[in-house]
Amino acid sequence: MSEHNEQAHHIVGPKVYVIIFFALLLGTGLTVWASFLELGLWNPVIALAIATGKAMLVVLFFMQVKYSTKLTKLTVFAGIFMFLTLVGMTLADYFTRAWGQW
Amino acid sequence: MSDSPAIAHVAEDAVLDEHPSYLRHHFNSTEQQADTANFAMWLFLVTEVMFFGGLFTAYLIYRNWYYPAFVVASHQLNVGWGTANTAVLICSSFTMAMGVWCAETRRRKGLVLCLTLTFILGLVFLGIKGIEYSEKIEKHHVPGFHYSLQSFVDPASDPDIAQYHDKPLALDMARHTELYFSLYFAMTGMHALHMIIGIGILGFMIFRARAGAYTSGHVTFVENFGLYWHFVDIIWIYLFALLYLISRHQ
Repeated sequence: MSEHNEQAHHIVGPKVYVIIFFALLLGTGLTVWASFLELGLWNPVIALAIATGKAMLVVLFFMQVKYSTKLTKLTVFAGIFMFLTLVGMTLADYFTRAWGQW
Repeated sequence: MSDSPAIAHVAEDAVLDEHPSYLRHHFNSTEQQADTANFAMWLFLVTEVMFFGGLFTAYLIYRNWYYPAFVVASHQLNVGWGTANTAVLICSSFTMAMGVWCAETRRRKGLVLCLTLTFILGLVFLGIKGIEYSEKIEKHHVPGFHYSLQSFVDPASDPDIAQYHDKPLALDMARHTELYFSLYFAMTGMHALHMIIGIGILGFMIFRARAGAYTSGHVTFVENFGLYWHFVDIIWIYLFALLYLISRHQ
Protein backbone atom coordinates (compact mmCIF):
# COMPACT_ATOMS: atom_id res chain seq x y z
CA MET A 1 0.00 0.00 0.00
CA SER A 2 2.66 2.48 1.04
CA GLU A 3 4.53 1.73 -2.19
CA HIS A 4 1.64 3.18 -4.14
CA ASN A 5 1.65 6.28 -1.98
CA GLU A 6 5.34 6.76 -2.44
CA GLN A 7 5.12 6.52 -6.22
CA ALA A 8 4.98 9.80 -8.09
CA HIS A 9 1.80 8.85 -9.91
CA HIS A 10 0.26 5.50 -10.69
CA ILE A 11 -0.91 5.27 -14.28
CA VAL A 12 -3.72 2.81 -14.98
CA GLY A 13 -3.30 1.27 -18.42
CA PRO A 14 -5.80 0.69 -21.25
CA LYS A 15 -5.96 -3.05 -20.52
CA VAL A 16 -7.60 -2.46 -17.14
CA TYR A 17 -9.99 0.09 -18.64
CA VAL A 18 -11.05 -2.28 -21.43
CA ILE A 19 -11.75 -5.10 -18.95
CA ILE A 20 -13.79 -2.79 -16.70
CA PHE A 21 -15.63 -1.40 -19.73
CA PHE A 22 -16.80 -4.85 -20.79
CA ALA A 23 -17.62 -5.80 -17.21
CA LEU A 24 -19.87 -2.72 -16.98
CA LEU A 25 -21.64 -3.56 -20.25
CA LEU A 26 -22.10 -7.12 -19.02
CA GLY A 27 -23.53 -5.80 -15.75
CA THR A 28 -25.97 -3.60 -17.68
CA GLY A 29 -27.17 -6.57 -19.75
CA LEU A 30 -27.45 -8.70 -16.63
CA THR A 31 -29.52 -6.16 -14.70
CA VAL A 32 -31.95 -5.65 -17.62
CA TRP A 33 -32.34 -9.42 -17.99
CA ALA A 34 -32.87 -9.86 -14.23
CA SER A 35 -35.55 -7.15 -14.18
CA PHE A 36 -37.75 -9.27 -16.45
CA LEU A 37 -37.60 -12.31 -14.16
CA GLU A 38 -40.37 -12.89 -11.65
CA LEU A 39 -38.50 -12.61 -8.35
CA GLY A 40 -40.95 -10.64 -6.20
CA LEU A 41 -39.17 -8.93 -3.33
CA TRP A 42 -35.77 -9.87 -4.76
CA ASN A 43 -36.15 -7.83 -7.96
CA PRO A 44 -35.21 -4.48 -6.38
CA VAL A 45 -32.54 -6.13 -4.21
CA ILE A 46 -30.82 -7.68 -7.24
CA ALA A 47 -31.16 -4.49 -9.33
CA LEU A 48 -29.54 -2.40 -6.57
CA ALA A 49 -26.86 -5.03 -5.89
CA ILE A 50 -25.82 -5.07 -9.57
CA ALA A 51 -25.92 -1.25 -9.69
CA THR A 52 -23.68 -1.11 -6.61
CA GLY A 53 -21.28 -3.63 -8.15
CA LYS A 54 -21.04 -1.50 -11.31
CA ALA A 55 -20.58 1.67 -9.23
CA MET A 56 -17.75 0.01 -7.30
CA LEU A 57 -15.95 -0.93 -10.52
CA VAL A 58 -16.23 2.68 -11.71
CA VAL A 59 -15.01 4.11 -8.39
CA LEU A 60 -12.11 1.69 -7.93
CA PHE A 61 -10.75 1.60 -11.50
CA PHE A 62 -12.11 4.43 -13.68
CA MET A 63 -11.82 6.85 -10.76
CA GLN A 64 -8.53 5.18 -9.71
CA VAL A 65 -9.41 5.01 -6.01
CA LYS A 66 -7.73 1.60 -5.83
CA TYR A 67 -4.44 3.30 -6.72
CA SER A 68 -4.92 6.56 -4.84
CA THR A 69 -3.65 7.85 -1.49
CA LYS A 70 -5.03 6.71 1.85
CA LEU A 71 -6.47 10.19 2.33
CA THR A 72 -8.58 9.83 -0.83
CA LYS A 73 -9.66 6.32 0.14
CA LEU A 74 -10.74 7.57 3.56
CA THR A 75 -12.62 10.50 2.00
CA VAL A 76 -14.54 8.22 -0.37
CA PHE A 77 -15.35 5.77 2.41
CA ALA A 78 -16.45 8.57 4.76
CA GLY A 79 -18.71 10.00 2.05
CA ILE A 80 -20.41 6.68 1.37
CA PHE A 81 -20.72 5.91 5.10
CA MET A 82 -22.27 9.33 5.82
CA PHE A 83 -24.69 8.96 2.91
CA LEU A 84 -25.83 5.49 4.03
CA THR A 85 -26.19 6.67 7.63
CA LEU A 86 -28.39 9.63 6.65
CA VAL A 87 -30.54 7.58 4.27
CA GLY A 88 -30.75 4.65 6.69
CA MET A 89 -31.83 6.76 9.65
CA THR A 90 -34.35 8.75 7.59
CA LEU A 91 -35.92 5.55 6.24
CA ALA A 92 -35.88 3.96 9.71
CA ASP A 93 -37.98 6.91 10.89
CA TYR A 94 -40.48 6.93 8.00
CA PHE A 95 -40.93 3.16 7.84
CA THR A 96 -41.64 2.77 11.57
CA ARG A 97 -44.07 5.65 12.16
CA ALA A 98 -47.05 3.30 12.10
CA TRP A 99 -45.25 0.68 14.23
CA GLY A 100 -47.74 -1.52 16.09
CA GLN A 101 -50.77 0.22 14.56
CA TRP A 102 -51.55 -2.45 11.98
CA MET B 1 7.32 25.46 13.29
CA SER B 2 8.07 21.74 13.43
CA ASP B 3 8.08 21.47 9.65
CA SER B 4 10.56 24.23 8.99
CA PRO B 5 13.46 21.81 8.41
CA ALA B 6 11.36 20.16 5.70
CA ILE B 7 10.76 23.49 4.02
CA ALA B 8 14.44 24.29 4.16
CA HIS B 9 15.18 20.90 2.63
CA VAL B 10 12.74 21.44 -0.22
CA ALA B 11 14.10 24.90 -0.85
CA GLU B 12 17.49 23.33 -1.42
CA ASP B 13 15.94 20.80 -3.81
CA ALA B 14 14.24 23.56 -5.73
CA VAL B 15 17.54 25.25 -6.28
CA LEU B 16 19.16 21.97 -7.30
CA ASP B 17 16.63 20.78 -9.83
CA GLU B 18 14.39 22.92 -11.95
CA HIS B 19 10.79 22.49 -10.83
CA PRO B 20 8.00 22.50 -13.45
CA SER B 21 6.27 25.82 -14.12
CA TYR B 22 2.87 24.46 -13.05
CA LEU B 23 4.06 23.73 -9.48
CA ARG B 24 2.51 26.37 -7.22
CA HIS B 25 4.94 27.85 -4.70
CA HIS B 26 2.88 26.76 -1.67
CA PHE B 27 3.32 23.05 -2.50
CA ASN B 28 6.42 21.07 -1.66
CA SER B 29 6.26 18.87 -4.74
CA THR B 30 4.14 18.11 -7.80
CA GLU B 31 2.97 14.89 -6.06
CA GLN B 32 1.71 16.88 -3.09
CA GLN B 33 -0.02 19.32 -5.43
CA ALA B 34 -1.68 16.47 -7.37
CA ASP B 35 -2.78 14.68 -4.16
CA THR B 36 -4.26 17.91 -2.80
CA ALA B 37 -6.24 18.53 -5.99
CA ASN B 38 -7.46 14.91 -5.96
CA PHE B 39 -8.56 15.20 -2.31
CA ALA B 40 -10.38 18.48 -2.98
CA MET B 41 -12.18 17.02 -6.01
CA TRP B 42 -13.36 14.09 -3.92
CA LEU B 43 -14.65 16.46 -1.23
CA PHE B 44 -16.68 18.21 -3.92
CA LEU B 45 -18.01 14.86 -5.17
CA VAL B 46 -19.05 13.94 -1.61
CA THR B 47 -21.17 17.11 -1.48
CA GLU B 48 -22.68 15.96 -4.78
CA VAL B 49 -23.45 12.57 -3.24
CA MET B 50 -25.33 14.37 -0.44
CA PHE B 51 -27.17 16.53 -3.00
CA PHE B 52 -28.38 13.58 -5.08
CA GLY B 53 -28.85 11.57 -1.88
CA GLY B 54 -31.72 13.86 -0.88
CA LEU B 55 -33.49 13.11 -4.16
CA PHE B 56 -32.88 9.37 -3.83
CA THR B 57 -34.23 9.41 -0.25
CA ALA B 58 -37.37 11.28 -1.34
CA TYR B 59 -37.84 8.67 -4.07
CA LEU B 60 -37.47 5.76 -1.61
CA ILE B 61 -39.94 7.23 0.89
CA TYR B 62 -42.65 8.04 -1.68
CA ARG B 63 -42.13 4.75 -3.49
CA ASN B 64 -42.79 2.99 -0.19
CA TRP B 65 -45.93 5.05 0.51
CA TYR B 66 -47.52 5.01 -2.96
CA TYR B 67 -46.14 1.76 -4.29
CA PRO B 68 -48.94 0.86 -6.81
CA ALA B 69 -48.75 4.33 -8.40
CA PHE B 70 -44.96 4.12 -8.71
CA VAL B 71 -45.10 0.68 -10.35
CA VAL B 72 -47.65 1.68 -12.98
CA ALA B 73 -46.01 5.06 -13.63
CA SER B 74 -42.58 3.46 -14.15
CA HIS B 75 -44.09 1.21 -16.82
CA GLN B 76 -44.39 4.39 -18.91
CA LEU B 77 -40.58 4.51 -19.23
CA ASN B 78 -39.05 2.73 -22.20
CA VAL B 79 -36.48 0.15 -21.01
CA GLY B 80 -34.93 0.08 -24.50
CA TRP B 81 -34.08 3.80 -24.43
CA GLY B 82 -32.93 3.52 -20.81
CA THR B 83 -30.61 0.60 -21.60
CA ALA B 84 -29.27 2.38 -24.70
CA ASN B 85 -28.50 5.47 -22.63
CA THR B 86 -26.79 3.39 -19.94
CA ALA B 87 -24.58 1.82 -22.63
CA VAL B 88 -23.85 5.27 -24.12
CA LEU B 89 -22.78 6.63 -20.72
CA ILE B 90 -20.59 3.59 -19.98
CA CYS B 91 -18.90 4.07 -23.38
CA SER B 92 -18.36 7.75 -22.59
CA SER B 93 -16.86 6.85 -19.20
CA PHE B 94 -14.50 4.45 -21.00
CA THR B 95 -13.42 7.08 -23.55
CA MET B 96 -12.92 9.56 -20.68
CA ALA B 97 -10.76 7.05 -18.76
CA MET B 98 -8.73 6.49 -21.93
CA GLY B 99 -8.44 10.27 -22.28
CA VAL B 100 -6.92 10.48 -18.79
CA TRP B 101 -4.46 7.74 -19.75
CA CYS B 102 -3.54 9.63 -22.95
CA ALA B 103 -2.91 12.80 -20.93
CA GLU B 104 -0.80 10.90 -18.39
CA THR B 105 1.29 9.30 -21.14
CA ARG B 106 1.48 12.59 -23.10
CA ARG B 107 -0.42 11.51 -26.23
CA ARG B 108 -1.90 14.75 -27.55
CA LYS B 109 -3.77 13.32 -30.56
CA GLY B 110 -5.14 10.43 -28.49
CA LEU B 111 -6.35 12.85 -25.83
CA VAL B 112 -8.13 15.09 -28.36
CA LEU B 113 -9.76 11.99 -29.93
CA CYS B 114 -10.92 10.60 -26.56
CA LEU B 115 -12.29 13.95 -25.38
CA THR B 116 -14.11 14.44 -28.69
CA LEU B 117 -15.67 10.95 -28.47
CA THR B 118 -16.72 11.64 -24.87
CA PHE B 119 -18.23 14.96 -26.00
CA ILE B 120 -20.20 13.25 -28.81
CA LEU B 121 -21.42 10.41 -26.55
CA GLY B 122 -22.58 13.01 -24.02
CA LEU B 123 -24.63 14.68 -26.75
CA VAL B 124 -26.07 11.30 -27.82
CA PHE B 125 -27.18 10.70 -24.23
CA LEU B 126 -28.93 14.08 -24.12
CA GLY B 127 -30.53 13.40 -27.52
CA ILE B 128 -32.04 10.12 -26.30
CA LYS B 129 -33.15 11.85 -23.09
CA GLY B 130 -34.82 14.47 -25.29
CA ILE B 131 -36.74 11.77 -27.19
CA GLU B 132 -37.93 10.31 -23.87
CA TYR B 133 -38.95 13.72 -22.52
CA SER B 134 -40.90 14.53 -25.69
CA GLU B 135 -42.87 11.28 -25.28
CA LYS B 136 -43.81 12.41 -21.77
CA ILE B 137 -44.86 15.83 -23.04
CA GLU B 138 -47.00 14.29 -25.79
CA LYS B 139 -48.78 11.98 -23.31
CA HIS B 140 -49.30 14.81 -20.79
CA HIS B 141 -47.16 13.09 -18.18
CA VAL B 142 -45.32 16.25 -17.15
CA PRO B 143 -46.37 17.19 -13.58
CA GLY B 144 -48.32 20.42 -13.21
CA PHE B 145 -48.59 20.85 -16.98
CA HIS B 146 -52.03 19.58 -18.07
CA TYR B 147 -51.19 16.29 -16.33
CA SER B 148 -53.31 13.37 -17.56
CA LEU B 149 -54.35 10.38 -15.44
CA GLN B 150 -55.79 8.55 -18.46
CA SER B 151 -53.06 5.86 -18.68
CA PHE B 152 -53.43 5.02 -14.98
CA VAL B 153 -57.18 5.00 -14.34
CA ASP B 154 -57.78 3.27 -17.69
CA PRO B 155 -54.59 1.33 -18.65
CA ALA B 156 -56.42 -0.46 -21.49
CA SER B 157 -56.58 2.85 -23.38
CA ASP B 158 -52.78 3.09 -23.50
CA PRO B 159 -51.23 0.58 -26.00
CA ASP B 160 -47.69 1.38 -24.72
CA ILE B 161 -48.27 -0.47 -21.45
CA ALA B 162 -50.49 -3.31 -22.74
CA GLN B 163 -47.70 -5.86 -22.09
CA TYR B 164 -47.79 -5.18 -18.33
CA HIS B 165 -51.53 -5.89 -17.88
CA ASP B 166 -51.83 -3.18 -15.23
CA LYS B 167 -55.05 -3.04 -13.24
CA PRO B 168 -56.79 0.38 -13.27
CA LEU B 169 -55.82 2.49 -10.26
CA ALA B 170 -58.38 4.20 -8.04
CA LEU B 171 -58.38 7.95 -8.62
CA ASP B 172 -56.70 8.82 -5.30
CA MET B 173 -53.81 6.41 -5.97
CA ALA B 174 -53.60 7.38 -9.66
CA ARG B 175 -53.03 11.00 -8.60
CA HIS B 176 -49.76 9.92 -6.98
CA THR B 177 -48.30 8.94 -10.37
CA GLU B 178 -47.75 12.70 -10.72
CA LEU B 179 -45.38 12.42 -7.75
CA TYR B 180 -43.43 9.70 -9.54
CA PHE B 181 -43.03 11.90 -12.61
CA SER B 182 -42.05 14.89 -10.44
CA LEU B 183 -39.21 12.80 -9.03
CA TYR B 184 -38.43 11.38 -12.49
CA PHE B 185 -38.03 14.86 -13.98
CA ALA B 186 -36.21 16.25 -10.92
CA MET B 187 -33.69 13.40 -10.82
CA THR B 188 -33.08 12.86 -14.55
CA GLY B 189 -33.25 16.64 -15.10
CA MET B 190 -30.63 17.31 -12.44
CA HIS B 191 -28.52 14.52 -13.92
CA ALA B 192 -28.95 16.01 -17.42
CA LEU B 193 -27.89 19.42 -16.07
CA HIS B 194 -24.67 17.82 -14.80
CA MET B 195 -24.20 16.30 -18.27
CA ILE B 196 -24.71 19.69 -19.96
CA ILE B 197 -22.16 21.33 -17.64
CA GLY B 198 -19.77 18.42 -18.29
CA ILE B 199 -20.18 18.70 -22.07
CA GLY B 200 -19.51 22.45 -21.84
CA ILE B 201 -16.27 21.83 -19.92
CA LEU B 202 -15.36 19.07 -22.41
CA GLY B 203 -15.67 21.56 -25.27
CA PHE B 204 -13.28 23.90 -23.47
CA MET B 205 -10.88 21.00 -22.77
CA ILE B 206 -10.85 19.83 -26.43
CA PHE B 207 -9.94 23.38 -27.44
CA ARG B 208 -7.11 23.49 -24.86
CA ALA B 209 -5.94 19.92 -25.50
CA ARG B 210 -5.42 20.67 -29.22
CA ALA B 211 -2.93 23.31 -28.11
CA GLY B 212 -1.16 20.65 -26.02
CA ALA B 213 -2.28 21.99 -22.64
CA TYR B 214 -2.67 18.68 -20.78
CA THR B 215 0.06 16.59 -22.38
CA SER B 216 3.11 18.24 -20.89
CA GLY B 217 2.92 16.65 -17.44
CA HIS B 218 0.21 18.74 -15.76
CA VAL B 219 -2.81 16.44 -15.96
CA THR B 220 -4.76 17.52 -12.84
CA PHE B 221 -7.55 19.21 -14.78
CA VAL B 222 -8.17 16.19 -17.03
CA GLU B 223 -8.01 13.77 -14.08
CA ASN B 224 -10.42 15.81 -11.96
CA PHE B 225 -12.82 16.28 -14.84
CA GLY B 226 -12.64 12.51 -15.36
CA LEU B 227 -13.71 12.01 -11.72
CA TYR B 228 -16.69 14.33 -12.28
CA TRP B 229 -17.70 12.54 -15.49
CA HIS B 230 -17.49 9.08 -13.88
CA PHE B 231 -19.50 10.35 -10.90
CA VAL B 232 -22.28 11.47 -13.26
CA ASP B 233 -22.13 7.98 -14.81
CA ILE B 234 -22.58 6.37 -11.38
CA ILE B 235 -25.64 8.55 -10.66
CA TRP B 236 -27.17 7.33 -13.92
CA ILE B 237 -26.42 3.67 -13.06
CA TYR B 238 -28.60 4.10 -9.95
CA LEU B 239 -31.26 6.19 -11.72
CA PHE B 240 -31.57 3.49 -14.38
CA ALA B 241 -32.00 0.76 -11.77
CA LEU B 242 -34.46 2.73 -9.62
CA LEU B 243 -36.59 4.51 -12.22
CA TYR B 244 -36.63 1.99 -15.09
CA LEU B 245 -35.97 -1.49 -13.78
CA ILE B 246 -37.25 -2.36 -10.34
CA SER B 247 -40.97 -2.27 -11.12
CA ARG B 248 -41.10 -4.29 -14.30
CA HIS B 249 -42.74 -7.30 -12.70
CA GLN B 250 -45.41 -6.64 -10.12
